[in-house]
Amino acid sequence: MQALVLGGFVVSGVAPWLHRLMGGRAALLLALWPAAILAWLLGQWSGVVAGEALVSEWAWMPALDVSLTFRLDGLALLFALLIVGIGGLVLVYAGGYLRGHSQLPRFLVLFLVFMTAMLGLVLADNLVALFVFWELTGLSSYLLIGFRHTDPLARQAARQALLITTGGGLALLVGLILLAQAGDSWSLATLVTRGDTLRAHPLYPCLLAGILLGAFTKSAQFPFQFWLPNAMVAPTPVSAYLHSATLVKAGIYLMARLHPALGGSVAWTLTLVLVGGVTLVLGAVMALRQTNLKLMLAHSTVMALGVMTLLLGVGTRTALTACLVFLVAHAFYKGALFLVAGILDVSTGTLDITAMGGLRHALPGTALVAALAALSLAGLPPTLGFVAKEQVWATLLTSDPWGGVALAALVPAAGLMVAVAAIVAVRPFFGPPVATPRAPRSRPSSLLLGAAPLATLSLLAGLGPGVLDGLLSAALSAIGAPGEAPHLALWHGFGWPLALSLGGLLLGWLAFRHWDRLRGWLEVGLAPWVARGPEVWHAALGWRTLQLAEWQTRWLQNGHLRSYLAIILMSWIGLVGQALVVHHGLPGWPSSGIQAFEGMVAGLMAVAAVTACLVRSRLAAVAALGSMGFAIALTFVLFSAPDLAITQLLVETLTVVLLALVLFRLPHFTRLSSFRQRWRDLGIAGLAGGLVTALMLAVLDGERLPRISDWMVSQGQPLGHGRNLVNVILVDIRALDTLGEVFVLALAATGVYAMLCLRAEESSWSSPAP
Amino acid sequence: MVKSGTLILGVAAQLLLPLQLLFSVFLLLRGHDTPGGGFIAGLVAAGGFALYLFAHGRRALTALLRIAPRDMVGLGLLLGVASTLPAWWRGEPFFTAQWWTLPPFGVALSTPLLFDLGVYLVVLGALLTAITALVEIDQDDVPS
Amino acid sequence: MEALLAVIVGILFAAAVYMLLRRSIVKLVIGLMLLSNAANLLVFVTAGLRRGAPPLVPEGLAAPPSAVADPLPQALVLTAIVISFGVLSFAVVLVRRAWELVRTDDLDRLQDTDR
Repeated sequence: MQALVLGGFVVSGVAPWLHRLMGGRAALLLALWPAAILAWLLGQWSGVVAGEALVSEWAWMPALDVSLTFRLDGLALLFALLIVGIGGLVLVYAGGYLRGHSQLPRFLVLFLVFMTAMLGLVLADNLVALFVFWELTGLSSYLLIGFRHTDPLARQAARQALLITTGGGLALLVGLILLAQAGDSWSLATLVTRGDTLRAHPLYPCLLAGILLGAFTKSAQFPFQFWLPNAMVAPTPVSAYLHSATLVKAGIYLMARLHPALGGSVAWTLTLVLVGGVTLVLGAVMALRQTNLKLMLAHSTVMALGVMTLLLGVGTRTALTACLVFLVAHAFYKGALFLVAGILDVSTGTLDITAMGGLRHALPGTALVAALAALSLAGLPPTLGFVAKEQVWATLLTSDPWGGVALAALVPAAGLMVAVAAIVAVRPFFGPPVATPRAPRSRPSSLLLGAAPLATLSLLAGLGPGVLDGLLSAALSAIGAPGEAPHLALWHGFGWPLALSLGGLLLGWLAFRHWDRLRGWLEVGLAPWVARGPEVWHAALGWRTLQLAEWQTRWLQNGHLRSYLAIILMSWIGLVGQALVVHHGLPGWPSSGIQAFEGMVAGLMAVAAVTACLVRSRLAAVAALGSMGFAIALTFVLFSAPDLAITQLLVETLTVVLLALVLFRLPHFTRLSSFRQRWRDLGIAGLAGGLVTALMLAVLDGERLPRISDWMVSQGQPLGHGRNLVNVILVDIRALDTLGEVFVLALAATGVYAMLCLRAEESSWSSPAP
Repeated sequence: MVKSGTLILGVAAQLLLPLQLLFSVFLLLRGHDTPGGGFIAGLVAAGGFALYLFAHGRRALTALLRIAPRDMVGLGLLLGVASTLPAWWRGEPFFTAQWWTLPPFGVALSTPLLFDLGVYLVVLGALLTAITALVEIDQDDVPS
Repeated sequence: MEALLAVIVGILFAAAVYMLLRRSIVKLVIGLMLLSNAANLLVFVTAGLRRGAPPLVPEGLAAPPSAVADPLPQALVLTAIVISFGVLSFAVVLVRRAWELVRTDDLDRLQDTDR
């Protein structure tokens, strides 16, 4: 299974090469890849429906408990079928839609990468792998939205989508880590069995918030819904595939997948029902405000996602069934409608519905596809959309106490969807012909080849919804609602669901008839709300962040080394000093004998250091440093460190050599700071020095843990065959450290040498010396 | 300023250099048992060469060395890395010290010694690179 | 003696910080030298001092007969001394080149000399 999924990355890698070889037809050939996966998935159908989950394990980072284990259960199969099925069709479509486009290879690569990532996302069993695929889908979505990267609007929309979804992704990461902590496992299959533990865990509110933030941003729930309509600047195949059929369902997938682990609590139900309800109403109303076909469809997608979230929030078995059926129906009809929008766009050169009309003669096939898909969108028989809608009504009528609230939101929204469906299917194709920017003409057959199967599936699945029973049952048991298979049927007889459908239909018909007036009213009435909506918050947040960054850069990073140092040192003094005083108290004064000679050596060191700071002559400063170095060497001699003493002496000698070479080539000491600055610096220096002393006293004062060097002393000779323990440590026990240090030394030498080379290069550039 | 040309310094450097080098090799080889080792030996040798450099100038030093100091650094690093490998070959963890005794003379050879030699070369090479670089800058600056 | 040396290390640190905060570029280098010496001494002193017991094993024995000075900080400081010399030479050459190119030793003016 890993090879099947990850092979997609390889296939996407050869896509540009294939394109060079056979041009636009490469897309058709590449569509064979999702077709192959589809065939394999269908082969697993019977096993999965029978309740077996196909698991294929692959340790990735076993030490961190991260694996690339894939698990094909009912839910995963449902999503995987949609992903590769629609993916293949859209790929065929895209080959025609972007024919001759110079960036087609790039599109193919990104599209296949996205498809593979999405497939990995729904199959992954490990939380880390899931997150990696999750982010990969977001990243490829970003690149696909910004596909027309010369358009500033596309870049802006892409950036917005990236910021929002990866921002949510960060929250999701936190949520997933907390989930793993609380559930004590990184495996989804294990976590879903620990629902009771998780819901009672003190971390539950935090992890729920993180995960829901991730899911809401991805699935365009209020108040993050605005990125989705903006993402419509992407090429239409992207809108059809990513932004209606698959990517935006990732959040729904995640919530469904984690439903048995997290769902059922009051917080879960309340949040999902409220957010889903607001989103769906908002999406339905906003959809009618648009005249751009794609934007209208995008808002209706937002509405659909709201419905699914709401149903997940209600969370009963029938609600979950309704959610899944609706998800499948939506993927079919919305994908088809987007593809129709793309066909209209390339045929007529516009996406404005009010600028189209009477196209049924020029584009008969397209009109048929649009009509079929719109039937499903409107929830009319005999399509899958009708089945789904009846299921939703039946669910909400029987579930308390949320059903009533949800119905109040959903019935008008459904009515508005009927209006949207009618507008989409009727306005462009019927009525008197309207002059479009380009004379409508038939387009490559591959366009229709991509769109027609989706519309046909809407119809076929509606006529015989029983096909889905087994799969739904398996998917339901995967999300914690096992039981006997649901029986989907086109005709449920007369009853409240049908009455609600009829009510919605009536409302929709009215809205359709008076759409122009309604739109004008919505346009004016909603304008102040849109101007203060979440999109504006987002923009303001981004702008404020930039302002803050600019301000703090000007304040903190002013380019003066000494102010950086001063800030770093003051923070260090403040934080470490506080920790020292609070956790340790002021250190005592260890009493130990001082011999007069040692005292003199120490005094010499201090005097030399202070002298080096005070003198005005460079030579005197170097001399002072030299005597300090020799005093340190003497200290090493006094306290049993012969190797150190020798090294220090030699280095001091070489330092003198080095400084003798450069000292008089260096500028003189100059006094540049003001009196006040000097005192301020002296204050910082004094505090830093005092803190170092205090820390050292605290260390000397404190308890000693057993030393690792005791082992080194006892084993140096037997194991290291050396009697000079310092050298044994250097070249044997801690040789890897020494190797690193030697590399540092080599690096310094290389730097010195590089500065020489640079110089030779520059001197050849500069004008000849006088 | 670099080439002093003093006779006494010149002769002294000429005489001291072999002694210092000999001493540095002694420190290197005995470093495992008595104070010394690659770092110290490298510093001693660098001191000797620096004295020679002051007495006779950079050209004379380059002629004497025959190998560029930066190549010495590279060689040293190579030796250091090479000393990590025999343990692998023997199937032990990376960097485990290996000891061999060469039969005819009873000379002990070991990877720590090889490693110390690498350290020696790097220290010597790095210091000489820095010092000769500075001397070169000077000579370019001073109009001859 | 440790306590006294702790105070001395504090003084060295203070002197180093004071020099690092100066605008003159040469003083910065002096501050760097002071800082590396102070840090070496800090590691050496905080590990505890011992008189007249170098970490050497007498010939014929497997371990020192009595307690010896801690060899580990000595090994760490030994490499640190050599490396700080390498860094010093790098800094000195860098300062030397900067002075040559821009003819200013005022760090505040260095940022205006980007070409």
